[in-house]
This record gives sequence, structure tokens and C-alpha cells, in this order.
Amino acid sequence: MLVASPLASCTKGGGGGNSDKPVLYVYNWGTFIDKSVNTIFEEEFGCTVMYETYDSNEAMYQKVKGSTSNYDVVFPSDYMVEKMVKEGMLAQIDKTKIPNFANIQTRLKGMDYDPTNTYSIPYFWGTVGILYNTTMVEEPVDSWEILWNEDYKGQIIMYDSQRDSLAVALKALGYSANTRSLEELKEAEEKLIAQKPLVMAYYTDIIVDMMIGEEAALSVVYSGDAIMAMEENEDLAYAVPMEGSNVWFDNVAILSTSKNKELAEEYINFLCRDDISMLNTEEVMYSTANKNVAEELQESDWAGNDTYFVPDNVLARCEVFLDLGEFVQEYANAWLRVKGQ
Amino acid sequence: MVKKLQNLYIYLVLVFLYAPILVLAVYSFNASKSNRVWGGFSLKWYVALFSDREIMSALYYTLMCAIAATVVSTIIGTISAIGMHALNDFPRIKAFALNINYLPVINPDIVTGISLMLVFSFASARMGFVTMLISHITFCVPYVVLSVLPKLNQMDKHLIEAAMDLGASPMFALRKIVLPEIYSGIVTGALLAFTLSIDDFVISFFNTGSGVSNLSIFIYSAARRGISPEVNALSTLMVLCVSILLVVANLRSGKEIASK
Repeated sequence: MLVASPLASCTKGGGGGNSDKPVLYVYNWGTFIDKSVNTIFEEEFGCTVMYETYDSNEAMYQKVKGSTSNYDVVFPSDYMVEKMVKEGMLAQIDKTKIPNFANIQTRLKGMDYDPTNTYSIPYFWGTVGILYNTTMVEEPVDSWEILWNEDYKGQIIMYDSQRDSLAVALKALGYSANTRSLEELKEAEEKLIAQKPLVMAYYTDIIVDMMIGEEAALSVVYSGDAIMAMEENEDLAYAVPMEGSNVWFDNVAILSTSKNKELAEEYINFLCRDDISMLNTEEVMYSTANKNVAEELQESDWAGNDTYFVPDNVLARCEVFLDLGEFVQEYANAWLRVKGQ
Repeated sequence: MVKKLQNLYIYLVLVFLYAPILVLAVYSFNASKSNRVWGGFSLKWYVALFSDREIMSALYYTLMCAIAATVVSTIIGTISAIGMHALNDFPRIKAFALNINYLPVINPDIVTGISLMLVFSFASARMGFVTMLISHITFCVPYVVLSVLPKLNQMDKHLIEAAMDLGASPMFALRKIVLPEIYSGIVTGALLAFTLSIDDFVISFFNTGSGVSNLSIFIYSAARRGISPEVNALSTLMVLCVSILLVVANLRSGKEIASK
């Protein structure tokens, strides 16, 4: 019973080379696309989409860099785009082939990691902020400092990732999240160590479930995950602190080793198309980069949701992560010392 | 009193082993997407599961790879074990061979995974099902060898000599004397290889490509945003299938013992 049904759908997937149809190899984050989208693309463009998923930028980078894999389209985040461009891993995208690039919100174009969008086009994006339970936190949440408030001892969940957590401390201190100053980094490290007695735990993917289950009062999350949590539990709210925060972008890009660049460009253009963007947005629930979809959603029951529709003034106080080059090792060491305390 | 404590201990062990599976199964019937909040009974994740192309293709490759890797690694492993057993007269070579066999077992998966990837890359092999299968065979073989060797050591070494004295050819002696003697070791090795292959994430991740993905890779990359209850549904079905198989196997072996 279990084996019979996939057989039919997979015969074409097995060989890859057994038909004349062109094949596009797509490497995306897990659960980052509507399930019907690849099938629609296959039908419209008479091709086969081979689809694989990964769970972190680093894993994707390692795989693409080290193996003889033949992926065409990948979805690196901001700092990873910069790193991959530096190493010549991404191909220039021919914008004349992507008329739907016009659908992308102007304020999201030309971010620091790829100022001319030559190599990457924003797919989903969002901010990092504080997700909190309004029944447990009475005062207004508008500053990172609340994560250092003794009243919430043992009720704070931090994000278990070196750059995200250090960014919280750096921003709270008023520094850049991309700082290359050892002193500033040291201060941030000490601030995080001082916070440790108050922290319940450092988690990643289970934070949302814990917040829905009301097991903690405050946590650091990505806005996309905050939206999902707020849908499930009405007492939850999200805030991007006034000191500023990180704004992140997951982009779509073509590898320089792609053997089918034209089809890859068709695919990117297809993802930027309004109806497809809508399908993906409804499935993924992260902020869409597509302005028409965003406008349409403004008239849905999501209207006025500042977590989803990041206001211009919030975007203005956020910065993207940049590739730190060799200096990233200092961040890793600082984070190790925080976790090891 | 002691008896009661013993029973309590057994029950505690069983609870720790099976409670997670039970929770997983219960939440596969949850109408809500969360794994913590109960939103009412629903079968929708089971329906969604069978129409999910990504999961179905991952399941297909997982089973194909596990079956093929089990068959091949059991054959290679058994032959290797017999060969290593025959080295009894050369203890130093045998120890050397055994240590080489241990290396992949104690090597962390990530090292095995990346080194295999580099080898495939060096050979310009096209990443895909074949490379994943080869890597699975690679890490399964040592376990088969380790399960078969003790059985060979237990076997009376004069049995083969006796068989050949009585006119059996070496091949005939292998088939009729050696294989039946070590049969249970081979089955253990095969089962071990099968479970290892189904379980593996790290080595598979680095050695697949061309759209081929197994369940571990799918689940691991989906975990970033909370795992869809479809995965609970699939796991429940798999546990159910394995349980039925075990019950049938137990009933049969029970009958065999009774008939003896």
C-alpha cells in the first residue's frame, strides 16, 4: 500500500535522463514552497523539476561547493548570497528574462548584500524580534532590554544561533550587528553571559511550539514564525525593538555551474508571478517580496498586521547580515564562550 | 517487594521507550497543525500525506535504498566475514582486517559523509540515487561483518572438514553446512543494515543529488519550521507496519517452537 502509490509519480523522477524533457534541479529550504507550484511549472513549461531541500545556509553551501551536484536554482539568505558571489558561485541573472522582477517591492531591491540584484532576487523576508505572551508580560515590549529584566527570570527563550543571539546583544548596546570591532563584540558577549541566569533555554525550531503552549513569556524569533505562532494563540504578540534589529532575506539565485540557465530564469520569473507568489505566501506565511500580493493581502483578514506587513519605519531601523569573512570566527568563539559559561 | 520494584522498573523502561511513539501517533490525528495543542480529531493529515509528492517520493527512495543496500551489504558482508574467519591461521592479518572493519563504525557519520562526497566528486560521479546507495552500502557492510563473525567463531571448525571428507565440494559445504550455521547472524546483520539505512541522515544528505531525497533529509529540513503532522501520520503508519510484521514473525516462531 505504501509503496504502490509513489511508484507512478516517481518513475520519471528516478532516471532523470530517460526522457527528452529538460530537467531543472532546484535546491530549496524545507517547507518553503506550495506543494503544487512545481507541478504547475512542469505542466506550463514542459519540463521536469527535481526538487531537494536543506535546513541551513551552511549545509547548502557545503553541498554545492563540495560535491559534483548539478543544482540550477538555490535559495541563499542575504549574507550567503554575498559569500557565494565573492566565491564566484552564483551566475548573473539576465533581468530582461525576468519581467516579473517589476512585481518585487521597490524598498526590498538593492539591499547591501547585492546592491544591484545582479545575482539574487528576494523571495521571502522578515525581521527578528520579540515574541511575547501578553498575559504574562504586562509592560509594553519595545526594547531588547526587557530580555534582561529580572522579573522574567526563567521565562525567556533565546535563539540558539551565534549571529542571531549576538545581534540581539549588539543591537541592545547600540552597535551594528555586523560589527568587526573586537571590543564591541566582547561587550555583547559579556551582556549575553550576564543574561544567562534569566534564560530558560537556547532553542531554534521548537520555540514556536513552546510559545503556543505558553511555556515561556518572551522569546527571540523570526517574524515568519511569529505569525504562525500568533495564528495559533491569540495571546501572543510580536515587537521589533526600537534599538533596531536584523532584517533577513531568503533569495532565489542561479548557480554559476547551472547547465540550464534559461529554464532557471523562467523558474525565477515564474516564482515572481503574482498567482504563484500568492500560493507560496499562503503556504509559507513569511512576508512576501511581491508588492501585488502584499497589496491584495492588505485587504484580507491580515490587514494591519505589522508583523507581516513590516512598516517602513521598522524596516529603516533594521539592518541585514553581511558576510563577515574570516572575522566570523570571532563571533563563533564569542558564542562558544557564552554557551560554555 | 523486590518483585514489585522489578516490575515497576520494567514498566518505566517501556514507558520511556514507547511514550514518544504514542504521543507522535496521537498527534497525527490532531486537527490543529501544532504538536502541542489539541484541536480535535481529524484524518486530514493522512489524506494530505498520500497526495504529498515530496513525502511520497522521499518514502519511495528511502525504501528502495534501504532494500537494495540491505541485500548488497549483506552479501558483501557475509562473504567478507567468511574470508576474515578463514584468516584464523594468520592472526596478525586477521587483526588488521578486523581493525579496518571497525574504522567506519567508530568514524563519526559526518566524516564518512563528507569523505564519500569528496570521493564521488573526485571521480566526477553524478550525485543521485546511485551515489546515495553506494554510501549506504559502505556504512552497512561493517555491521554485517560484525554480526556474522561471532556465528562463524561459534561454529565447530571441524564441520567443514568433515563435510569435505565425505565428498562435499567447497561450494556445497558452504551452502549446506556454513550458511545454515551462521543463518541467524546473517539475518541480524541484514536487519541492522536495513534500520541503519532507513535512519541515516548525515551521510545521505551529502551523497545525494538530482532530486533524490530520503525521509530523513525531508524531515530534517522541514523541522526548521516545525514538522508537519503529515510526518506524524507517516511515522504512525510505518510503526504500525513494523508492529504487524513483528507480531506475525513472533506467532510463526511460536508455532515452530510448539511443533518441535
